[in-house]
Amino acid sequence: MLIVGAPVIFLTLYFAWKYRASNTKAAYHPNWAHSTAIEVVIWTIPTIIVAYLAVITWTTTHRLDPYRPLDSSVKPINVDVVSLDWKWLFIYPDLGVASVNQLAIPTGTPVNFHLTSDSVMNSFFIPRLGTQIYTMAGMETQVHLIADRAGDYDGMSTNFSGPGFSDMNFTTLAMPEAQFEQWVRKARAAPGHLDAAAYTQLAVQSNANPVSYYSQVDRGIFRSIVTEHGGMQMSMPPQAEAQPAMKMTAMKMAAQVPMGPMSSTMSMSATEH
Amino acid sequence: MLGKLSLSAIPFDQPIIMGAGAMMALSVVAVLGVLTYFRLWKWLYTEWLTTVDHKKLGVMYIIVAFVMLLRGFADALMMRSQLAIAYHGNPGYLPPHHYDQVFTAHGVIMIFFMAMTFMIGLMNVVVPLQIGARDVAFPFLNSVSFWMTAVSAILVNLSLVLGDFAATGWLAYPPLSELHYSPSVGVDYYIWALQISGVGTLLTGVNFFTTIVKMRAPGMTFMKMPIFTWTCLCTNVLILAAFPVLTVTLGLLGLDRYLGMHFFTNDGGGNAMLYITLIWTWGHPEVYILILPAFGIFSEVIATFSRKPLFGYKTMVYATCSIMGLSFVVWLHHFFTMGSGADVNAFFGIMTMIIAIPTGVKLFNWLFTMYGGRIEFTVPVLWTIGFMVTFTIGGMTGVILAIPGADFLLHNSLFLIAHFHNVIIGGVLFGYLAGFNYWFPKMFGFKLNETWGKRSFWFWLTGFYVAFMPLYVLGFLGMTRRLNHYDNPAWHPWLLLAAGGAAMIACGIGCQIVQLFVSIRDRNLVENRDLAGDPWDGRTLEWSTSSPPAFYNFAVTPHPDSIDPFVRMKAAGLAHPRPARYEGIHMPHNTPAGLFVGGFSAVLGFALIWHIWWLAVFGLVCGVGTVIVRSFNPKIDYILPAADVARTEAQFAALREQDALLKAAE
Repeated sequence: MLIVGAPVIFLTLYFAWKYRASNTKAAYHPNWAHSTAIEVVIWTIPTIIVAYLAVITWTTTHRLDPYRPLDSSVKPINVDVVSLDWKWLFIYPDLGVASVNQLAIPTGTPVNFHLTSDSVMNSFFIPRLGTQIYTMAGMETQVHLIADRAGDYDGMSTNFSGPGFSDMNFTTLAMPEAQFEQWVRKARAAPGHLDAAAYTQLAVQSNANPVSYYSQVDRGIFRSIVTEHGGMQMSMPPQAEAQPAMKMTAMKMAAQVPMGPMSSTMSMSATEH
Repeated sequence: MLGKLSLSAIPFDQPIIMGAGAMMALSVVAVLGVLTYFRLWKWLYTEWLTTVDHKKLGVMYIIVAFVMLLRGFADALMMRSQLAIAYHGNPGYLPPHHYDQVFTAHGVIMIFFMAMTFMIGLMNVVVPLQIGARDVAFPFLNSVSFWMTAVSAILVNLSLVLGDFAATGWLAYPPLSELHYSPSVGVDYYIWALQISGVGTLLTGVNFFTTIVKMRAPGMTFMKMPIFTWTCLCTNVLILAAFPVLTVTLGLLGLDRYLGMHFFTNDGGGNAMLYITLIWTWGHPEVYILILPAFGIFSEVIATFSRKPLFGYKTMVYATCSIMGLSFVVWLHHFFTMGSGADVNAFFGIMTMIIAIPTGVKLFNWLFTMYGGRIEFTVPVLWTIGFMVTFTIGGMTGVILAIPGADFLLHNSLFLIAHFHNVIIGGVLFGYLAGFNYWFPKMFGFKLNETWGKRSFWFWLTGFYVAFMPLYVLGFLGMTRRLNHYDNPAWHPWLLLAAGGAAMIACGIGCQIVQLFVSIRDRNLVENRDLAGDPWDGRTLEWSTSSPPAFYNFAVTPHPDSIDPFVRMKAAGLAHPRPARYEGIHMPHNTPAGLFVGGFSAVLGFALIWHIWWLAVFGLVCGVGTVIVRSFNPKIDYILPAADVARTEAQFAALREQDALLKAAE
C-alpha cells in the first residue's frame, strides 16, 4: 500500500508547492486535462496491487480462520466460554471444573474454545494470543488458540455490552503442563458446584467480579445455555467435529423455543442426561 | 395521560447534564430575545421558516449542522477528558451510564445531524444552480425534508434534559438495545429521531435524484454535468437504495420494543445477527453517501484554484459510479469477527480492497489537476490538500482493516476508531468545510475571512493528527473502544496526547466562529463584497448568478454545451446574457405546511418515546392532515412578472458594472 500511498502524499505536497500561483517559472497548461497514458497507469497499478493483496487475503483468511483447528501433535483441550453481564465463565468440560474471570491453559497445547453468550453480544479477545470472536446468545462460535510461551495475558471483551463493560476483563494464565495440573487441582478443591442454581446466581448482573472457581460442573450446562436462546452454530468447522446434536438448523431450533420473556431460570433438565 | 413522562425524567441530580441543559436553554432564550428585540419574527417566518427556496433551505441545513457540530464536539471533549483522567482506579467524572450516552450521542449526532445535514445543505445550495435549474423538482417536499431533519435534531437534544439517550453505541446493536437490557426511553429517542430524519433524508433523495435527472438545463448531458452534481447524483441513488433499509431495521427494532415482537431478541427465536447485517447494509453505503459529495467538492475546488479543468473527468465519473455500486457489497467487513467463515470473510475483504482502486484513481486525478496549474492557496485549497494527505493515510489503514486476518486483531480497537475518524474528519468534514468556504460568497454575497479560515485549518489539521495518531498506537497496544476507565499504564500518555489534540481542534472550531464573526462584521468592505457573483473565477453555472442568487436563480435558462460551461461563456463574452425582453417565471409560493409537518412529526415522535398514545394519534393525524389539506390548495405557484425579473436583473447588471469599475481602479 505504501507503494501507492507514499507517492500520493509526496506528489500532493510537491505539486502543490511547485505549481503554486506565485511560481511563474513552472509550466502552466491551462487546458491540459487528459492523458490516456496516465489514466492507464493510475488504473493499472492500484489494480495490480489489489490483485496481489486479494491473493494474500484469500490465503491468510483461510489459514487464520478462527474455526480451523490448529496443526499440532498435542491433544487439544476444550474450553467452553460464556459471556455474562459482566464477567466471563470458563468451563472445562473434560476436566469438570469451571472458573470465572480467569482462564488457565497449558502452554504448547491447542485450546479449542466454544463460545456463547447468556446476555448481550460480546467479543472474546486475548490480544497476545491473536484472534477474537463474537459471543452471541443462542449461537455457538469457535476459536482455536495456542500459547507458545508461559505468561499472564490480558483478556477482554471488545464489543460494548453495557455499563459493566469496562471491567469485563479476565486474566489468561498460560503455564506449563505441571502447573496447569496444579491449577486444576486448586479448582477441584473449591467449594462451589456449578449447577442450575449456582449458574442462575452467577448470571445476575454484576460488576468487576473477583476470580472464582467451581470444583464440579453439571454436564451439558454449556449446551443448555446455547439452546435456551435458540441454539445455532455459526458456520460449520472445516473438519466436521461437530456433535450430531448440533447439526440442527436455526429454524428448527427456533420453532422449538417456547415463546415468552427471557428468563434467567434455565431449562436444565431438558439437556441434563 | 402523560405516559411514562413525569418530573422524575429530568435528572436534577446530575450537575453536568443540568448545566448543559441550562446552557442550551440560555442560548434558545438569547436567540428568541434577539428576534423579539429586533422585531425579526415576521421576517424570520416569511423569509425563512416558510421558504421553499432550495438556497435558503440549504443555509438552514448548514446552520443546523454547525449547531450540531458544537454539540457533538462537546461530547468528544467529554470523552477525551474522561479517558485522560479515568486511569488507575480513578473513575473519572463520567459514570458509565452517562459516558455510554455521551459516546452514543456523539456518533449519532456527528453522522446524522452534522455530516448528513451539512452535506444535504451544500447539495441544496449548489446542485440546482450548477445544473441551471430554478429550484428543485419538489420545492415543498424539500421544506418537509428539512423540517423533519431539524425536529429530529431537537428530539436528540431534548433527550439530554428529559429522560436519557441510548447508551448502546451509535448503531444500537440488539440485544443490548432491546427492552430487556435498555428499558429506559433512551433507545426510543434514538429510534424516533432517526426514523423521522431518515424519512426526511429519503425524501431528499427522491427530490434531488429527480431534480438532477429531469431538470438539467438544455444541453447539459450526463457527461457534461459538473462533477459535484455527479457525486450528488450517486449519493442520492445510494440514499434511495439504502435509507429504506434503515427505516425497516429501526422499524423492526421498534416492533420488538413496543409490541413485544422477537425480531432481534434473545428469546422467541429472535436473531440479533439479522439486525447487524441489516444496519450495515445501510451503514456502509451511508459512509459513501457522505464521502462522495466531499469528493465532488474537492474536484470543483482543485480545478477552480489550479486554473485548469479537472484532469480525467470521465475517469472521475466512472470511479464515482463504481464506488457507488461497490458500496453495497462490502458491508460484512464490519463484522468479520462474527464467525461467518473464511470464504465469506475473504470475499468481503477483497471487495473492500477493490473500492480502494477507484478511490486511488480519484486521488491521482486531483494530483494531475494540480500538475501544470497555477494553484492559489485559498482556504478551500488548504482543506483539499490537507484532505489528500490525510485521506491517503486513512485509506491505507482501511485496506489493513479489510484484511480479515488483521481485522481479527484490530476489530473494535482504537485503531478502528482512528481509521474512521481519519476518513470522516479528513475526508468528509474537510470536504464540507472546503465547500462551505468555497460557496459561502454565493450564499451570502461576501467572502469569509481568509486569515481566520487558515488559522482554523491549521488548528484542525494538527489537532486531528495529535488527537488520532495516538489512537492508532493505542489500537496496537490492545485498547478497545467504548472503555470508561482502564488500568494499563502504557495507554495513559497516549490518551493524554489525544486529549491535547482534541483541545487543538477546539481552537480550530473557535477560529471558525471568529471567522464567521469577523466576516459578517467586515462584509461591506470592498475586498470582501462579491458584487459580480464570481469571486473565484469559477467554471460552473452557479458562478454566473448574482451572490446571493435571485430566488429564481436564472432569468434566462442557460444552454451549457461543455463540461465547464461558465469558462466558455466568459471567454465568448456571453457570461451574462441580457435579452431585450424577459419572460415571466413560474415559481412556487412559500408555505408553512413543511414547518407544520415537521412540528407534528416532532409531536408524534415525542409522544411515541414517552408512550403518550393520544398525543401520538394527534401528531400523526395532524401531520398527515397537513399534507392532505395542502394538496387541496390550488394556489401553490404563480408567475413572477417579467417586469420584476427585468428589474432584478438590472440591479445585478449594475452591481457587475460597479465591480468592473472597482477592478479597473485597482
